[in-house]
Amino acid sequence: MKKEIVLGDEALALGAIDAGISCAFAYPGTPSTEITDFLIAKKNEFGIQAEWCANEKTAFEAALGASFAGKRALVSMKHVGLNVAADAFMNSAISGIKGGLVLAVADDPSMHSSQNEQDSRYYAEFAKIFCLEPRNAQECYEFTCKAFDLSEELGIPVMVRLVTRIAHTREEIERRERRAQNKLDEEMKWNEWVLLPGNARIQFKKLLEKQSLLEKKSTQFIEMKKGTGKGVICAGNAINYFMEVDSGKTPFLKISAYPLPMEKIKEFVKELNEIIILEDGYPFIEERLKGMLEASGKKVKGKLSGLIPLSGELTPESTKKALGLAVKIPFSVETEFIVGRPPQPCNGCPHVDLFNALNEAVQEQKNAMVFGDIGCYTLGALKPLNAINSCIDMGSSVNLARGASIAGTKTAIGVIGDSTFVHSGMPALAEAAKRKSNMTLIILDNSTVAMTGGQETIAKGKELMHICEGLGVEKEHIKVINPLPSKHAENVEVIKKEISFNGLSVIISKRACIQILKRLAKKK
Amino acid sequence: MKKNILICGVGGQGVLTIAKIIVMAAQSQGIKFKQNEVHGMSQRGGSVYVHLRLSDSEIFSPIIPKGKADIVLALEPMEALRYAPFLSREGLFVSSSAQLKNIEYDYGKTIEKIRELGGKLLDSKKLAEKAGNALTENVVLLGAISKKLGFKENTLRKALIKAFGSKEKSILSTNLKAFELGKNALL
Ligand SMILES: Cc1ncc(C[n+]2csc(CCOP(=O)(O)OP(=O)(O)O)c2C)c(N)n1
Repeated sequence: MKKEIVLGDEALALGAIDAGISCAFAYPGTPSTEITDFLIAKKNEFGIQAEWCANEKTAFEAALGASFAGKRALVSMKHVGLNVAADAFMNSAISGIKGGLVLAVADDPSMHSSQNEQDSRYYAEFAKIFCLEPRNAQECYEFTCKAFDLSEELGIPVMVRLVTRIAHTREEIERRERRAQNKLDEEMKWNEWVLLPGNARIQFKKLLEKQSLLEKKSTQFIEMKKGTGKGVICAGNAINYFMEVDSGKTPFLKISAYPLPMEKIKEFVKELNEIIILEDGYPFIEERLKGMLEASGKKVKGKLSGLIPLSGELTPESTKKALGLAVKIPFSVETEFIVGRPPQPCNGCPHVDLFNALNEAVQEQKNAMVFGDIGCYTLGALKPLNAINSCIDMGSSVNLARGASIAGTKTAIGVIGDSTFVHSGMPALAEAAKRKSNMTLIILDNSTVAMTGGQETIAKGKELMHICEGLGVEKEHIKVINPLPSKHAENVEVIKKEISFNGLSVIISKRACIQILKRLAKKK
Repeated sequence: MKKNILICGVGGQGVLTIAKIIVMAAQSQGIKFKQNEVHGMSQRGGSVYVHLRLSDSEIFSPIIPKGKADIVLALEPMEALRYAPFLSREGLFVSSSAQLKNIEYDYGKTIEKIRELGGKLLDSKKLAEKAGNALTENVVLLGAISKKLGFKENTLRKALIKAFGSKEKSILSTNLKAFELGKNALL
């Protein structure tokens, strides 16, 4: 057997390779990015297709298409990406799949690099599919292999849920033999894939009928030590913290798959009078068990009961406290000594020069509303730049500006990155062009997806200009500027002119990301 | 053997390289490891760390529990204070004395606090310059904690040679010099 040192994300990718995938699709997003970075780097070695897509929805659909053609496919994203892919995701559970389809989704409890800490297990339950939750790199590998088999056996997509600590922990794993890829199979399944109400109702019933089988499958992913008195139910990464701090005497039920294995849970709690529930994310398990257990006179403790904080990731410390163990910290430091060190734009970052020009251009307009978006340029919201005032969801800047302009504001500006624009800003710009909205959109073309480590973008330079033209923006109000300190004055003038124009303008601020330039220089 | 090592600094300072070399050394002695890293936003000049756990037996938690680090190694004084709560009572606490000025803080007060906690401050930047390249500061600091890592004599040196061996000869020799300077600077 081959051993390799890999991140949890990379172990998952290797699991997919050894399960015989033919294709992988994704949109980057911390902490899931390294899955597809890895697959793209190795695609020739393993004879697979792997690519970055425009967004998570297109990635999911591409994976479903590959599955419909009989091949095994992996689609990866961060938790909020699943909101974007949700329509395709929910309906793929109804249509079912042909080749194994696995969705790897990485949650970010504590919001290390995210806008929220939503828990993807709710999505798995919502769609009524199967979900696996590995607790280390070896399980990332093995569970992904199994996920593909289960997907084909059950005829539905299977989710592998990661959290940041699992995705970004490096360890040694053992690999097994690689399975051969599936053959191309072009048979169309009209009855299953055409989700007109007549077909969809039948398909939905089939999905409902599978549920008891799904639950049986999740009993294969448990470990149980029965006992009396106080016991622990733990899942995924929480198993690690439980194993780390427990004395070895507490009865436990370790859960690594969903839907919850209810029969096993009932068996486990029989002789217990108090159950502590440990999970990393929202109180998903606790919510599902609380009513049933309390009705039978048992105490249930966890995040809902207030034993463990409701927000933020689970930690060894919160686990210790939950189990009634003392947390001893010999060297604590008073908060007055600690100064935060938030991420900052790199030296020479083109976004900074654009923001300096933008700030000067809107200086006289006291009521200008400048909406931002998600990417490295979100750092422009922080001191000393203070240039943008929103970061909600990808692509939102365009319609936040448009909506504010419809509401009556005179100077509405959206600021969006090249990748974010293609991700989900384009439909919004089409609306703005059609409605001749009075707003200005600044597209920051650094020709890469910088925030997540410099992945390839779909459109840059001239391509972006053509997209804007094609979407209906008037040619004379598509301006290209070069954000350099030496061009500051002329850039301020261009921005001033376009924001005072009573209609739609797009300014493309084009200069390559400094990190990408450095990387290219190193290669030479 | 069981060792919990927390290495911290600022994105771009070479925190991961230190961890990588320690892991190479651990592997050559058949020791298991788990290494939790920061990827994402903070790599842009923010606070970064590695939780590195070495052990003969299975390791569970991907992160070191607070109060359980045998070593806290900081490449920057403010980062040293930020991660001090991970240190165990008998743990080794080492920090570079060089401030990285992408934020403002009271340097004097910070240094004083590190000393009060029993931390050892090292002018590792100067030693790195002496070795021939300020960028080898991380390797100077690796040298400084090397005796406490519990490896056999020369294991780390061999790992360094493996890590830098494929690069230009001068890069390897500068790093080996940096390592030796660090090794002799403390204790
Ligand atoms: C739905 C969704 N997908 C992915 C992400 C993660 N993410 C945040 S910013 C970003 C890329 C931004 O790229 P771009 O717009 O080109 O800006 P840059 O970072 O290059 O300045 C990604 C992938 C997210 N927050 N939300």
